[in-house]
Amino acid sequence: MASVVTNRVAGRFGPYGGRYVPETLVAALDELEHAYAEAQADPDFHLKLDSLLRDYAGRPTPLYFASRLTESLGGAKIYLKREDLLHTGAHKINNCLGQALLAVRMGKKRIIAETGAGQHGVATATVCALFGLDCVVYMGEEDMRRQELNVYRMKMLGAEVRGVSSGSRTLKDAINEAMRDWVTNVRTTHYLLGSVLGAHPYPTMVRDFHRVISREARVQILEKENRLPTAIIACVGGGSNAIGAFYEFIPDKEVRLIGVEAGGRGSLLGDHAARFSGGSPGVLQGTYSYVLQDENGQIALTHSVSAGLDYASIGPEHAALHDSGRAEYTSATDAEALDATLRLARTEGIIPALESAHAVAECIRLAPSLSPRDILLVNISGRGDKDMGILTRELRLAGDK
Amino acid sequence: MPIRFPGKPGLVAYITVGDPDLATTHNIAIAAIDAGADVLELGVPFSDPIADGPVIQRASERAVRNGTRLHDVLALAAALRIERPQTGLIVFTYYNPVLRFGLENFCAAAEQAGVDGVLVTDMIVEEAAEYLEALRRHHLAPIFLAAPTSPDERLERIAAVCQGFVYAISRTGITGARTSLESDAEQLVRRLRRYTTLPIAVGFGISTPEHFAAVGEFADAAVIGSALVATIEQAGPKHAASSIARFIQGLRGVAKEPAVPAR
Repeated sequence: MASVVTNRVAGRFGPYGGRYVPETLVAALDELEHAYAEAQADPDFHLKLDSLLRDYAGRPTPLYFASRLTESLGGAKIYLKREDLLHTGAHKINNCLGQALLAVRMGKKRIIAETGAGQHGVATATVCALFGLDCVVYMGEEDMRRQELNVYRMKMLGAEVRGVSSGSRTLKDAINEAMRDWVTNVRTTHYLLGSVLGAHPYPTMVRDFHRVISREARVQILEKENRLPTAIIACVGGGSNAIGAFYEFIPDKEVRLIGVEAGGRGSLLGDHAARFSGGSPGVLQGTYSYVLQDENGQIALTHSVSAGLDYASIGPEHAALHDSGRAEYTSATDAEALDATLRLARTEGIIPALESAHAVAECIRLAPSLSPRDILLVNISGRGDKDMGILTRELRLAGDK
Repeated sequence: MPIRFPGKPGLVAYITVGDPDLATTHNIAIAAIDAGADVLELGVPFSDPIADGPVIQRASERAVRNGTRLHDVLALAAALRIERPQTGLIVFTYYNPVLRFGLENFCAAAEQAGVDGVLVTDMIVEEAAEYLEALRRHHLAPIFLAAPTSPDERLERIAAVCQGFVYAISRTGITGARTSLESDAEQLVRRLRRYTTLPIAVGFGISTPEHFAAVGEFADAAVIGSALVATIEQAGPKHAASSIARFIQGLRGVAKEPAVPAR
């Protein structure tokens, strides 16, 4: 297996990644790749981005010692990386600010995006308002229903939200529609893709915009504990918050990297979004990675209580980290995620997004088996305000008082 | 290899295999050939057709729901190869069904079936080394898309690896009928001619006899896809084949005999 830390072939992570797109998009991907490379070499770009991340988005985010959760689990010390405290309520704003600056550099005045849980859609609508760009967000109708609050937020910010009624009416279908829009309007439009998915350069570029999570967390944990954590835990849909939380720890071989996929309501194809236990390598939406599919190569439907994890493929860099064994991937079920949400709310006064709750669920499972000398660092990628409708319904159904 | 365009202009007909069902697709294919299609693109239905507009999306959805597999497309090709030996047969697909089938297995089976060429919508020349090698081993013509947004150096690379014909996309966008044909197409064909002597077929948005004739002024062939698929959708299983025959005859203004009647 090729090194997964630095990919030698542009856009490849081991065998994964690449660029599998209609020819019409190649020139735009090349343009984006060049613009990104130029921006990276431009100190002015970094100054602008850093200042926005600090003064507008609220970085650095705290690394918080969750003492009551630690005590109640009776094992490893638990720290929470509070991406949920960022402006717009999730890590997604890191990438949106970076890509919006790039769009302005490229002279593109129209932005399109897909969204699952609506967090990326809200972050995109936010940066478009900030930079005065036209904004269209594609969202599956099922996701519009279950993340209604975020639909209103996007509209409030001036974005047009276009419902998508094909397939399972979730994230994958929203990406299909966004790609169709991009193919049609490619000369004037930047596709602000929201995860480490899609064709090169997206997986690399989006990762780089989220590396700040682990860059901060590594410094913060060394300040607080003077040693590295035992494990980093993050939920994985497309995988942007996870790769951001893992990346700077990849060379620290003693630090376990644990990605948590959506186990949904069961292990049958269609009932979950656990790509590494139920999927196999394939090409979906521009990239080669693990994909949930049937024996004929048709992409499977997926299910998760959390819209942000409800997706049939996973970022190609995660596929490489999985195969090399550098990162481990597990899953948490809908029920475990709901329990974890409640538990974090009641012990720490923090309501995590249902996506992030999958990481909390793994932490709850793992912590008691470790010693108080161990440290778990859990990335709370977003906050749960958007999920109040689902939480109210589901927790009542589960018989909670 | 019968990828030839004796008609002026040549006609490439796209159909989604398995829509509305395999038996009807077979009848439609024969009707299209006998009405004057020089080359048939056999579309492999896929769950996530990102390059396609609503008409082919719906057809694809119906065919996937019917359980149409890549195996079925190859079986249809094998039958057509026997019944109409002079017609060019192209498998038109997204990459994932091919990967799942196995690239080498697919190429071997396609060769066995008598397929002439393969077009993978989401395959670009930079990613194609292994793919081209497998096609070459099995004597299958690689056909790539060329887009109005492709700069000259890309057109040169695309033209260099194509065999049979080059597929020029008339405009930026997804498949689907349009009322007017955009001027992008003619310019693209002119740019492509600098790099190839292969026939150039123009596709995307061609739906009327007027479009067909207009494309014939500057290109060697026209690809008709969504307009045929929409005709099939409207006609229903019983009348699909006869509707397609009428549609294609209407494009040329007259009924055209097949190049070599194989009856």
